[in-house]
Amino acid sequence: MPDLEAIIHGLGRREPRSIARAISLVEDGEDGADRLLSSLDTEAIDRCMVVGITGAPGAGKSTLTDKLVAHCREKGKRVGVVAIDPSSPISGGAIHGDRIRMMQHAMDRDVVVRSMATRGRLGGLCASAGAAVRIMASAGCDPVVIETVGVGQSEMDIIRIADVTALVSAPGLGDDIQALKAGLLEVADIMVVNKADKPGAEMLALELREVARSKSREVLMTVAATGEGVDTLLDSMQAVFDEHRRSGESARRRRESREMEVVDWSLEMLRPFIRRLGRFDQTEEVGDPRIRARRIVDKLLQSVSDRDLGEG
Amino acid sequence: MSEKRYRILIGKPGLDGHDRGAKCIARALRDAGFEVVYTGIRRTPEEIAVAAIQEDVDAVGLSSLSGAHMELFPEVVRSLQKHDASDIPVIGGGVIPEEDMDALHEHGVKQVFTPGTPMEEIVETFRALCEKEPHA
Repeated sequence: MPDLEAIIHGLGRREPRSIARAISLVEDGEDGADRLLSSLDTEAIDRCMVVGITGAPGAGKSTLTDKLVAHCREKGKRVGVVAIDPSSPISGGAIHGDRIRMMQHAMDRDVVVRSMATRGRLGGLCASAGAAVRIMASAGCDPVVIETVGVGQSEMDIIRIADVTALVSAPGLGDDIQALKAGLLEVADIMVVNKADKPGAEMLALELREVARSKSREVLMTVAATGEGVDTLLDSMQAVFDEHRRSGESARRRRESREMEVVDWSLEMLRPFIRRLGRFDQTEEVGDPRIRARRIVDKLLQSVSDRDLGEG
Repeated sequence: MSEKRYRILIGKPGLDGHDRGAKCIARALRDAGFEVVYTGIRRTPEEIAVAAIQEDVDAVGLSSLSGAHMELFPEVVRSLQKHDASDIPVIGGGVIPEEDMDALHEHGVKQVFTPGTPMEEIVETFRALCEKEPHA
C-alpha cells in the first residue's frame, strides 16, 4: 500500500507517478480510493472537455487520437488519454497497443496516457474509467480523450462518460454501415470518415450524411496518418461542447453518466458480498441460478430497513 | 473489491525491428491473465521508463536482438531510477551471450532470458516479481 497522502500531494503537483498510482488505486479498489477521489479538484473536473473516440477496429482511432493530442499540444493544452481495450474473457489478461501510435508524445509531461482493460466487468469499468478521467482532469488535463472500440455494451456505456463523442469509420473495413450499430450512431455527436484518401471514402461519407442529416450531425473527413482534417475535427468538438454547455445538454449528460457510475460502483461493491452469500447458499441446496440469486438478494435486502428503502 | 491484475510493460529499446519475440511474450502474459502494455519497436530507454511510470506497471520486460542490450537494458534501469521508480523491476530477453549475464544483473536487470527458455518459466518469473514487489 503506497502512501496515500503522498499520492494526493503528488497529484496536486501533477507528478506523473502520482497520477498513475491514483488511477491504479481506484481501478484495483484499494483502501483510500474514496479519500483520494474526495480530494480532487471539482472545478477543474467541471471545466474539462471529455472527448470520446469510438469506432470499428482498424478505423484509425489511435492514430486519430495521437493527432488530436498533437493539435491540443500546439495550442498549449495539457491532454489526458484513457485508452480502453477488452480483456480476454478466458484468461482475464489484455494487450494494450494504443501507445504504439502515441509514442511521439512519450516524453511530453503534459500528455498523460493510461491504458485500461475492461476486466470483464459488467459494471465497474465505466466507474473506473470515469474516475481515471476525473483524476486526469483534476491534474490539469483538458481535454481528456477516451478511446475505445465501438463494439459491445460495456464499451458503449463507457463512451457515454464523454461530453462529445466522435464515431470513426473508414472505407474498406467491410460492411461499413452494418458495423455501425444503431446505438453507436445515437451516441455520436460527430461522425468521422477516416482514411479519406482511400477509395470508397466519398461513398461512405454519403451514406453517413444520410443518417447524420436526420440527427443534424456533422460528417467530417480526415486522414489521421497525415493529420489532414484533424484541426477541423478538434474545432467541431469544441463547438459541440460549447453548444452543449449553453443548452444545458452537457449538464444533463454528466448527471446521467454520474448516475450510471453510481449504479456501477454499487454493484461492484456488492459483488464480494454476493459471492460470499452465493457460496453459503450453494452448501444449502442446489437450485436454478435465478432462484438462488433471488434468495441472495432477499437475504441482502433483509438487512436494509423498510424505512431506508421507502425514502429511496 | 475488484481483483487486482498485474500490469506489465513490454518494450523494445533500440534500433532492431524484430518484435516477434516481444509480441510472443506479450501474448503469453495476456494468456496468463496479465495486462500487457506494448510500446512498439524502436523506443528509447527513457521513453520506455516514462511509459512504464504512466501506466503504473508492476514490471518491465525488454527485448533486444541487436546486441545493444549492454547499453540499452541498464539505461532503462537508470531512467527508472532517475524518475524515482527504481522499485519497478526490469527483466531482459533476447539474443544475449552468457558472459553478459552477470554484468546485466549488476546493472539492476533482475533476470535475463535467452532463446529456448520455456514460456512457463518466463511467465512465472514475471508473476514472482510482481508478487514480491507490489507497489501500487
